Amino acid sequence: MSVQVHHIRKTFGQYTALADVSLSVKSGQLTALLGPSGSGKTTLLRIIAGLEYADEGSGRIQFHGEDVTDVEAGQRKVGFVFQHYALFRHMTVFENIAFGLKVRRKNRPPQAEIADRVHKLLKLVQLDNLADRFPHQLSGGQRQRIALARALAVEPKVLLLDEPFGALDAKVRKELRRWLRKFHEEIHLTTLFVTHDQEEALEIADEVVIMNQAKIEQVGTPQEVYDRPATPFVYQFLGNVNVLKAAALAAGTAPPFPTGGLQSNGHIYVRPHDIEVVPHETGAPGIPAVLRYIHAAGPAARLTLEQVESRETVEAEISRVELERLGLKLNNLVLLRLRQSRSFAEDYAI
Amino acid sequence: MSLFGKRRNVLPGFGLSLGFTLAYLGLIVLIPLSAAFIKASGLSAADFWAAVTSPRVVASYKLSFGVSLLAALVNAVFGGILAWVLVRYTFPGRRMVDALVDLPFALPTAVAGIALATIYAAPTAVAPGGWVGSWLNPIWVDGITQLAELVPWIDWQGWLGGKLAFDRPGVFLALTFVGLPFVVRTLQPVLQELEPELEEAAATLGANRWQTMTRVIFPELLPALITGFALAFARALGEYGSVVFIAGNMPMHSEITPLLIITKLEQYDYRGATAIAVVMLVASFVLLLLINLLQKWSRRYYRV
Repeated sequence: MSVQVHHIRKTFGQYTALADVSLSVKSGQLTALLGPSGSGKTTLLRIIAGLEYADEGSGRIQFHGEDVTDVEAGQRKVGFVFQHYALFRHMTVFENIAFGLKVRRKNRPPQAEIADRVHKLLKLVQLDNLADRFPHQLSGGQRQRIALARALAVEPKVLLLDEPFGALDAKVRKELRRWLRKFHEEIHLTTLFVTHDQEEALEIADEVVIMNQAKIEQVGTPQEVYDRPATPFVYQFLGNVNVLKAAALAAGTAPPFPTGGLQSNGHIYVRPHDIEVVPHETGAPGIPAVLRYIHAAGPAARLTLEQVESRETVEAEISRVELERLGLKLNNLVLLRLRQSRSFAEDYAI
Repeated sequence: MSLFGKRRNVLPGFGLSLGFTLAYLGLIVLIPLSAAFIKASGLSAADFWAAVTSPRVVASYKLSFGVSLLAALVNAVFGGILAWVLVRYTFPGRRMVDALVDLPFALPTAVAGIALATIYAAPTAVAPGGWVGSWLNPIWVDGITQLAELVPWIDWQGWLGGKLAFDRPGVFLALTFVGLPFVVRTLQPVLQELEPELEEAAATLGANRWQTMTRVIFPELLPALITGFALAFARALGEYGSVVFIAGNMPMHSEITPLLIITKLEQYDYRGATAIAVVMLVASFVLLLLINLLQKWSRRYYRV
C-alpha cells in the first residue's frame, strides 16, 4: 500500500518539527527517512503511524488514496517498531507477539489459530525456539526482531520502523540491517524506516528521503542522492565533500567543470574521489596545488593538498596504484581536475 | 561467594558497613522486639493462650487486621489514581496537591484523629454534627443498610445502624488517612519511569484504552503497588494515636489491638500486654512475608 503525505505541518510550541512536508511512498518499497537529529524524520513517521497528529488544518495523510488523517493509530493497520523495542516485559515472547491478535474485539482468531500465526512469525524472524522467554532474557538484536514480529502479527499494510537499529552495537546493527533487506524482499510490505546513519540508508533502502530542519531536501534512489545531491546539505550529509570558493578558482586558471552555472560568488562541491591528480605542467588545465600530506593506510590513498592561489585545503582520494604511478612526494606541485562537481550560489554551512 | 571471603571489590568497607548495619538493627529493632518475647515468656503456656485468645482480644484482632487490610486495599486503589493524576497530568495546583499527600506523614496522629472525629461526627440531639458527618452520616446509615440487603451472605453485624465517627467506620477513616502517602509515594517514581512507548505500542497493535490500562500498564505497576499496599497495611496495623480518638473504643466492637495492649499496661498487666504484642508481631511478620513473596512473584519477569 502506498503512503501519501500532503502538506503536513507540525509545531511543538515555538519549535517547528515539520514545515509543509509532502511525500509519496511507493507501494512495496523499503524507504529510508534520513536526516540528522532534530530534522523532523521521527515526527513524520509518528504522524504517519497516528501516534502524533499534524497541526490543525495543515495537511492530509493517505494510505493508498484513502484518507487516514483522523483515523486512530489502532485502526490504521500500521506496524510500528520502536528504537528501544517497547516489548511488554511481563509477557513472554509468545504473549508479546499474540497481543495484537488477543486484544481484538471483532474477528479475534481462535486460540489455535493465534498460536499457529505466532509460531509462523517466530519462524519468519528465525527465533522460533524463544517463544517462552521473557524479553529481558534476549539480546538486543533478538528483541528487535521480536518487536518486528509483534508489529507484523496484526497484518499491517504499512510497516514503520523508528531507528530500528539505533540501540544496537555496530556489528549487530550491520547484520540486522542486511537481514531486514532480505526480509523485506520476502514479504514486500511497504516499509518506512527512520535513521540518521547514511550508510544504513544507502545500503538497504530502495528510496532515500533526506530531511533537514523540518523539510525534505531530496528524494531519490541511493545512487541518485549520492551522485547528484540536490542541495549543499545533501552533499555534505552523504559522504565527504570539498567546498571550494569559485572566486578563488576563477582568478588564475581555467579549470574544467562538467557542470555549469558557476557564479563568481558561489561554491563548488566536489567529492574527494572525483578529483583527478596529475603532474604539474605549465599551461595545462587544472588547479595548481601543493601536496601536504599522504594518508595511505587503507584501500585508497587520501591526499591533503593546498591550493596555490587561495591557500585553501582540498582532500583528494586516489587509488594506491595511481599514487605509486604518479610517484608523488610531499610538497610536490600538482594539478587538480574535477571529474564531477556541482556549484551552489549561496554560502552554506552545516 | 562466601559471605566473608576475601574478594577484591571496588566498593570498600563491606565488613565495616555490615557490622554497623547489624549493630544498628539490633539496637533499634531486634533488642526491643525480643524484650517483648522475653517478657511474654514469663507466662505459662496456658496463661499465655488464655491471654491472647480471650474473646475481647480476638475481637480486636479481627477488627485490627480486617480494617487495616481494607484500608490498605482502598488506599491501593485511590492512592494509585492519585499518583496517576499527579504524574500524568499537569494542572494548576498540582504541586500543592503533591505536597498535601505527605501531610499524613508529618501530622501528629492524634491531631489527625481528633480532626477526623470532629469533622465526621454524626448529628445528635444536642449537637449538629461535623462538617462532613452532618450530611454524610445519614447517607452512610442508609447505604450500609441497603448493601446488607443486597449482599446477605456477609455478616454486616457491627457495621449496621452505626455512626461514622466514634464507631468502626472511624477506624477505617483513620487508617486510610495514615496509609495514603505510602501508596502514592511508592507508585510515583515507577509511573514516571514508565515508557510512553509501551502505550504507543499497544495502541498501534489495536488495543483500546481499557486493554492498554489493564494488560500493559497495570502489570508494570503491580510490584510497586504491592509494595505500597504492604507499607500502608503495616502502618495501619501499628497505628494507635489517631484511631483511639475516632473509634469510640467499645470493647468487642470498635477496639483495636494496640489499644488493648495499652489498656493492659494501664492495669499493670505487663505480661498480658506483651503476650498480645507477640501475637501481633508474629502475625504481622507472617503477613508481610507473604506480601513480599507476592511481590517477588509479581516481578518474576524482571530477572530469572
